[in-house]
Amino acid sequence: MPTDTRTPPLVGASTRAAHAGSPRRSRARKLPNPLSVLVLALFAVFFVLPVLWLLLAATKTDDQLVHGNPLSFGSWDALGDNWSALTTFGDGAIFRWLGNSALYSFIALAITLCVAIPAGYALAMTEFRGRRTLLVATLVVMLMPNATLVVPLFLEVNAVHLIGSMWSIILPYSFYPFGVYLTYIYFSTALPRDLIDAAKLDGCSQFGVFSHIALPLAAPIVALVGFFSFVANWTNYFLPYVLLPESGQFPVQVGLGTLLDAVPQFNPTAGTAAVERPELALATLLAITPVLVVFLFSQRFLVAGMLAGATKE
Amino acid sequence: MTTATRPSRRRTRWPGRAGHLFVAAYVVLLVAFGVVPTVYAIYFAFTDAGDRFAGVANFVEAATDFRYFSAVGHVALYLLCWLVSLVVFVVGLALVLHRLTSRAAGTALRLFYYIPGALAGAASVLVWLFMLDPSVSPVSFLLRASGFDTFGEVVAPGHLPVLFTMIAFWTGAGGWIVVMYGALNTISPDLLEAARIDGAGTWQTAWRIQIPLLRKWIVYMVILAFAGGTQLFVEPQLLSQASVGVAGRDYSLNQLSYDFAFQNDNVNTAAAISVELLVIGVVVAGVFVARSGFFDAD
Repeated sequence: MPTDTRTPPLVGASTRAAHAGSPRRSRARKLPNPLSVLVLALFAVFFVLPVLWLLLAATKTDDQLVHGNPLSFGSWDALGDNWSALTTFGDGAIFRWLGNSALYSFIALAITLCVAIPAGYALAMTEFRGRRTLLVATLVVMLMPNATLVVPLFLEVNAVHLIGSMWSIILPYSFYPFGVYLTYIYFSTALPRDLIDAAKLDGCSQFGVFSHIALPLAAPIVALVGFFSFVANWTNYFLPYVLLPESGQFPVQVGLGTLLDAVPQFNPTAGTAAVERPELALATLLAITPVLVVFLFSQRFLVAGMLAGATKE
Repeated sequence: MTTATRPSRRRTRWPGRAGHLFVAAYVVLLVAFGVVPTVYAIYFAFTDAGDRFAGVANFVEAATDFRYFSAVGHVALYLLCWLVSLVVFVVGLALVLHRLTSRAAGTALRLFYYIPGALAGAASVLVWLFMLDPSVSPVSFLLRASGFDTFGEVVAPGHLPVLFTMIAFWTGAGGWIVVMYGALNTISPDLLEAARIDGAGTWQTAWRIQIPLLRKWIVYMVILAFAGGTQLFVEPQLLSQASVGVAGRDYSLNQLSYDFAFQNDNVNTAAAISVELLVIGVVVAGVFVARSGFFDAD
């Protein structure tokens, strides 16, 4: 699927950004303007407060959620109770959904890497008929939002009777033009031609050059494509919502919607299998954990990737 | 963009069909999940339930549906709020962050702004359902001070464009702030120094030098945000689930298309709406590819 346009596909600035904060910056040696500090702090609260609240909400009872201090820690007992209530919901549906998300995201990730890296390499390094058309098509699809093709995809998948198959989710996920674009940019700017020419003179085949020279050099871009593809797949809602008929197949994003339906405060018609709000908060935390972990541990790398990936200069 | 850093524009020529082999799998996916669904949607949009050519009947049917123009209006209003807030706040915050003297504080703030990006999809909507519910929200004092005592009052239909903008901004702005910040770093310090010596203050430097140099990035952001915004789905869908009918299931165009396909069993009209959204997506992308120079297809 094309990249999610909510979070920017990070076609970075130029590599010069990597030298940010060089001593020549003219802005040093001035006390910060209090107004700017206030604005920055207010926005920090806006971005962080909901995450903080979510972390704490999972440790409370529903009663504490309503009557207690919103930013207080509940208790480990309440967290344990919420955990057991959540994990017994639908016979451990939450684990099934998380497992499905992992299954879909990782298989799609593997296919994306096997498909996108060689394609980006070929677009950058070789000449073949239809190359330019393919490049333009890739750019157009890359800029089209994720959701554009969901209903048409349903019609297509329905026509070939694959509704309900996990491949109807995995294969569209595997189609990741932004990954091809990133790889293309990387190889056309960063791979020294001399190296290729020398290898060619030594009798290396095109496949040999790719696997022995290009691929090892491209490790950072492989990781970057993998990261973006994983996040895009893990957080996708619309496609599985439309294509998967059965709750047992839902990824966790769609599962969260099912849980929401079982919370009486949000849906008074919720029946006996009710879920309380702290459990919903806990489920949301579980759903975001994989992405959050990757975000936190690879932040430096990601930002460097965003800035270095970049336009062809 | 200097060409001096590029050793040559020529591509290595190999005998045989290596290039084709390398792109073969990708082309298969592109055809199967890009081209075929597009063609299929167009086919459906112009035929009727009996596979006969229907002209523009499906488009007329969609447009005469009582929900259609309100959905168009909702999406348009949301886009307006979303794009304006994105441009103003992302560019503003990036500029202010960039002037921050403490590098450690700058790095920490960028990380804070960026973290909600991990909550894309249904997760962000659920978090905001809590934030907007006065009975549990950590900012319930703000909600109550604004005169809202119940969740139903907060999510009244008139507030939705602003609320969806807040959710989208919360999730997506951090990444753009990082991008803009990176772009600001590419502006030569000499240029800013020269401006300062010429007597330009903070505002003048920002307005006359930094923002014009960011223009390309701002346009890129607006185009992607516009195309993405037309596809509004998960926010209104989950909100309608949670609000007991305060917000309808036919708020956005994608919801309407979904409804036609799955509630009314009318895939032809659903396809017509999808084709309209597709055309918007392709036109916006095409204009950008053709005009921007951002993506030279060499």
